[in-house]
Amino acid sequence: MTATLPAEPAAGPAVRTTVGRTFLAMMSRELRVLRKNFVSTFVRVLLQPLLFVFVFAYVLPKLGTGAPGAGSAGGGTTFSTILVPGLVGSSIVMQGIMAVVFPLMMELNWQRSITDRALAPLPIPLLAVEKIVASGLQALIAGLLVFPCVLFIHAGGQAPDVHVSNWPLLVFVLVFGSLLSAAGGLLMGTLVDPQKVQMIFGIILMPISMLGCVYYPWAALEHVRWLQIVSLANPMVYVNEGLRAALTPDVGHMHFYVYGTVILVGTVALTWLSARKFTQRVLT
Amino acid sequence: MTAPPETAVQTVDLHKTYSGPKGDVEAVRGIDLDVRRGEFFGLLGPNGAGKSTTIGMLTTLVRPTSGEARVCGFDVTRDAVEVKRRIGMVSQNNTLDSELTAAENLEFRGRFFGLGARAAKRRADELLELFGLADRRDGNPFELSGGQAKRLMIGRALVHRPEVLFLDEPTAGLDPQNRVNLWDLLRELQKQGQTIVLTTHYMEEAEVLCDRLAVVDHGRVLARGTAAELKDSAGADTVLTVSYDGDVPADLSKLSERAGISKVEVNGGQIRVFSTAPEGLLGELVGAGAAAGVNVTDASQLRPSLETVFLSLTGRDYRD
Ligand SMILES: Nc1ncnc2c1ncn2[C@@H]1O[C@H](COP(=O)(O)OP(=O)(O)OP(=O)(O)O)[C@@H](O)[C@H]1O
Ligand SMILES: [Mg+2]
Repeated sequence: MTATLPAEPAAGPAVRTTVGRTFLAMMSRELRVLRKNFVSTFVRVLLQPLLFVFVFAYVLPKLGTGAPGAGSAGGGTTFSTILVPGLVGSSIVMQGIMAVVFPLMMELNWQRSITDRALAPLPIPLLAVEKIVASGLQALIAGLLVFPCVLFIHAGGQAPDVHVSNWPLLVFVLVFGSLLSAAGGLLMGTLVDPQKVQMIFGIILMPISMLGCVYYPWAALEHVRWLQIVSLANPMVYVNEGLRAALTPDVGHMHFYVYGTVILVGTVALTWLSARKFTQRVLT
Repeated sequence: MTAPPETAVQTVDLHKTYSGPKGDVEAVRGIDLDVRRGEFFGLLGPNGAGKSTTIGMLTTLVRPTSGEARVCGFDVTRDAVEVKRRIGMVSQNNTLDSELTAAENLEFRGRFFGLGARAAKRRADELLELFGLADRRDGNPFELSGGQAKRLMIGRALVHRPEVLFLDEPTAGLDPQNRVNLWDLLRELQKQGQTIVLTTHYMEEAEVLCDRLAVVDHGRVLARGTAAELKDSAGADTVLTVSYDGDVPADLSKLSERAGISKVEVNGGQIRVFSTAPEGLLGELVGAGAAAGVNVTDASQLRPSLETVFLSLTGRDYRD
């Protein structure tokens, strides 16, 4: 092998590149990996919401067990109408977090393979942004895949009442909800040590998703006032309420100024904070 | 700090202190280096000497606590991106991307550095061929043997034709055959003009490969120069070490006055004699023990080498 080394100027001029081009090249690496793992990743993402609508929007109504949740949201609203934005939103948030946390645990700890990416000609904070964008993209795909499942699986008469009157609003919530989750995931991934990651998932993500206004609108919580207030600390609530406003505007939902502000400011703040923490972890 | 253009790497009083919950570790305590373009430069030192930390600072991944470091004229802290564009780095552990195949590892590295998709693919195939990995192109990099993985990492570091190639203990953990193969490969690279900075704790490796060396220990440079210069300056001596089960016989300390003996160190039951005329000396040391009624428990004689240089610089055995 050695005798055949090329007669090339090994120390020739470095290939010229720009930061933007490097950023895009890193995104294309993420897309390549995503394409390879597409089926396994998204089967896992789809399974839970799929089973959930199957049981609650199909099986239970068939059994004649009145679907839960309906009455509180106002007359005639089916449970599946409540579920569509809730399950899309929770899938986005969960996937946004997991898509970044698991690879990051490997990269930061096991063999520190992050050094490979950190040597690319890009400032380290931009590497963090790249991770957020790539994981946000996965979150968005998860939401888009879950949507038809929860839209079409239901018993007769249990159809969700979904209509989009404000497309820009829907795009805003989907895109920034995805980025918000990914930035939150990056922050978690840089703060948590790898031995505790399983525990974190149990202790933090479980309550976030169970109490994230997935199965009921936030307004309906007025009957459990303390929970309504505590829920405001849960970022998933704002994504789900935003999707309610965009997909099922007839169901009572938070005002745009509330969820819009939290999603936007939260995305910016978490991106900044996680990029900082990430840089501290990568550079010693 | 300005460096002539033929300087590839320059550091001035470089320090790194890691602060952690268990207190501070002064890993690098004032290192000055300069590496010329086209040179094969070695950092030689035992475990924990600060080699990886130094390489880490030069490759922008470790932030210096104080001092200055420039690579290809760019400051490693202020112009980190410019430095990264010009260097290739092979780290001590395997940092190959396990989500990608061997070929994709090279291909994406090329794209990170600005190659177009097609050009990156072509370059990847070219390097796989060169490094004898063509049959592994679509395999997972973690299914490669240690030697193959190292070669792939070197290939990856060369994709964008870096001006300086950094290698952190590239042959650690390789079997002798693979080590020698890698030496050939690195020498071939240098012949083509590649500037190489390598760390190692194998004296032999430093001696075989490097044009110039810096011997480092406890975060400081103890000596620098070509292997021959180092041996002339500090270790032209053969080192004889004898341990007794009692005190070193008293009259042996007078040895230091004898011609051809440059230094005698007595430490408990152990005597170490540095000599340019070692003939018969070992027998004398053993005999002196018998005469004084103590037994010899260990005796060794090291011929002049970087190992004896290290011994005379630190008073410690390299392997301690
Ligand atoms: N991230 C870190 N945090 C704290 N201490 C560190 C860190 N990295 C290295 N050290 C300490 O700094 C010192 C120098 O370590 P370094 O890895 O630079 O040595 P080395 O010469 O590369 O050794 P080896 O041959 O074992 O690779 C050691 O005492 C090590 O424990
Ligand atoms: Mg090391």
